[in-house]
Amino acid sequence: MNKFTYSSAILDGYNFLLTNYSEVFVIGQGLWSPWYVGNTMKDLDKKFGKKRIIDTPVSEGAVTGAAIGASLNGMKPIVVHPRMDFMLYAIDPIVNQAAKWSYMFGGQSSPSITIRGIINRGGEQGAQHSQALHSWFAHIPGLKVVMPSTVSDARDLLIASVLSGQPVIYIDDRWLYDQEDDLLPANKINLNSITPRILEKGDSITLVGCGYTTFLLRKITQKLKSHKINPEIIDMRIINPFNKELITNSVKKTGRLFVLDGGWGPCGISSEIITSVVENVPPKIFKSKPSRMTLPFTPAPTSKVLEAEYYPSKEKVFGFIKSIFDNNL
Amino acid sequence: MKEYSHNSELESLTSELEINIDNFSKNELLEMISKMILIRNSEYKIAEGRKYGLVGGPVHLGIGQEAIPVGISKYLTCKDQIFGGHRSHAHIISLGVDLKSFFAEILAKSSGISKGMGGSMHLFAESVGFYGSVPIVGGTVPLATGSALANKLKREKNVSIAYLGDGAIEEGIVHESLNFARINNCPIIFIVENNLFSSHLNIKLRQPKELTYRFAKSNDIESKLIDGNNLPSICKASEEFIKRCRNGEGPFFIEAVTYRWLGHVDWREDIDVGIRRSQKDLIFWKKRDPILRLKKSLIKKFNLSMDEFKLLEKEIQKKIDKAWNDALKDESPEWSKTKKYVFKNN
Ligand SMILES: Cc1ncc(C[n+]2csc(CCOP(=O)(O)OP(=O)(O)O)c2C)c(N)n1
Ligand SMILES: [Mg+2]
Repeated sequence: MNKFTYSSAILDGYNFLLTNYSEVFVIGQGLWSPWYVGNTMKDLDKKFGKKRIIDTPVSEGAVTGAAIGASLNGMKPIVVHPRMDFMLYAIDPIVNQAAKWSYMFGGQSSPSITIRGIINRGGEQGAQHSQALHSWFAHIPGLKVVMPSTVSDARDLLIASVLSGQPVIYIDDRWLYDQEDDLLPANKINLNSITPRILEKGDSITLVGCGYTTFLLRKITQKLKSHKINPEIIDMRIINPFNKELITNSVKKTGRLFVLDGGWGPCGISSEIITSVVENVPPKIFKSKPSRMTLPFTPAPTSKVLEAEYYPSKEKVFGFIKSIFDNNL
Repeated sequence: MKEYSHNSELESLTSELEINIDNFSKNELLEMISKMILIRNSEYKIAEGRKYGLVGGPVHLGIGQEAIPVGISKYLTCKDQIFGGHRSHAHIISLGVDLKSFFAEILAKSSGISKGMGGSMHLFAESVGFYGSVPIVGGTVPLATGSALANKLKREKNVSIAYLGDGAIEEGIVHESLNFARINNCPIIFIVENNLFSSHLNIKLRQPKELTYRFAKSNDIESKLIDGNNLPSICKASEEFIKRCRNGEGPFFIEAVTYRWLGHVDWREDIDVGIRRSQKDLIFWKKRDPILRLKKSLIKKFNLSMDEFKLLEKEIQKKIDKAWNDALKDESPEWSKTKKYVFKNN
């Protein structure tokens, strides 16, 4: 076992992939500068050479499309977008091309492409530098969308994505980078074997999160317990394809559901989770209305004062969950 | 530390020499140099504010690049539409924005020009013709093009300006905009402030040539390549193209070569998002300081003394300090009001 942070675990994933698979290369902005992507790509260019670690012009559309093209010709590229917001210039190659490719040609060809979009919010960076658009991509058939929340998943889901031979959007979050954990050496992993995971067993309420929000839920576990609320915490890990069984079964046991999402509510993953539970759990089981907490339905503000209101915090989430019990909602 | 030697076209373009100011009056020149000093010292004020935590978000400073917007704005009116990007403090100050309201925005106060909702990277002041700057690289270039199309459709003699960088020109949408503007004869001037860097990467690592006006040529757009640190040459290009836009011509393209003295973001000089630029390059470009060169020429031609300049600078600094201190006293935006900004007129 070795000590890792979330970000050094991502780096370990790259090292594993680049060492063992000559068809893997990494392309995107800021790859020769440690500044853009924390230490998640530290010295990869020195170790594997600038031919396989390609820093690019400011051309997200072409870079993403080119990586998809390279994947059609035998490579397994990882595209890095240091902020999800920048990736929006690449929506056509992602949504019209990569996501549809296999289907349009009767399953004969598949882009083996991992597109890493980093959620990088806060710090008074404002509306165009803060977005968490995971739900958007999860709306698209033909794209897998993975959101590691834990240190081990940060590495293992990257490996699984790249080896899946499919178009995968891998979304990591700067607010998770400092978490620590001990990990076994990296290994090959099959993306299809990955399901949501129960991180905390409990019987009072099912709490569901993905990425950063799972982390927040874990942070309040003890406090909830000290208030006699025993939460069952489920980390989604992959939000497309959407695996509902574990969550549904958990709610059948607890009778309560709360979803925390770092994106917007309308047409988002929180809507999808609640719908899937409502559709599959008999009404009489519910002891309270399923509920959720998401971002206010506005773009991200810049000022610190407004950011404090805008983003979820341990206190806000705890207060919300506690009110479900206090008010017997 | 990597050094980059420049190609000969670029070498011959830049110069340490004093500037030929024959076509301008003393007052005109003093007004413009005052504006350049105002921009530079305002940015140093912001740098300091950022360093000491008064400014919360990232700031992209353009110290060393002041001549370009001053030369452009001289011929613009508040009816023209100017669009910028992440490094746009100088663009909006050169248009005469109210300094206190500008600082208030940088400090994210509700009295700021974007109501404290934007900060340094999202500036707006329609009253002086500034239609918006945002940090998605290249994002406003098609918008400026469309604004120019509207000028044409409305048969108004106004001009649109798209400021962009040598990095932004790598975005596909910029090339689409150039072609679109040309085929529709939009009265727009694309102004590339080529400072040879896009964040940590020198242009040589991103493009086969150091100069970008080749893209104007490929889109059949008339262009001028100028020394961006030479105010009169910017004025000359700007005056001609703006006049011709008003007379129904356009689009045009200006490439102004310059250099930013500070790193890509925030207040430090030597750090470029993790990559150190060579000290030699920095010295090379500081000798080409657009303010110093103009100052020397002014002193020589009009027999001004250094003391007169010191006095001028002192007055400008006073104005900056007052505006900054006044802005600091203002309130942060109120959370309860922000929802109504999602749609205007809802
Ligand atoms: C679409 C997009 N991609 C990447 C970035 C990150 N980024 C911010 S500024 C910048 C450099 C742009 O360089 P240039 O256009 O030359 O402007 P300069 O910073 O030199 O003024 C980059 C890559 C961004 N903000 N938006
Ligand atoms: Mg540049």
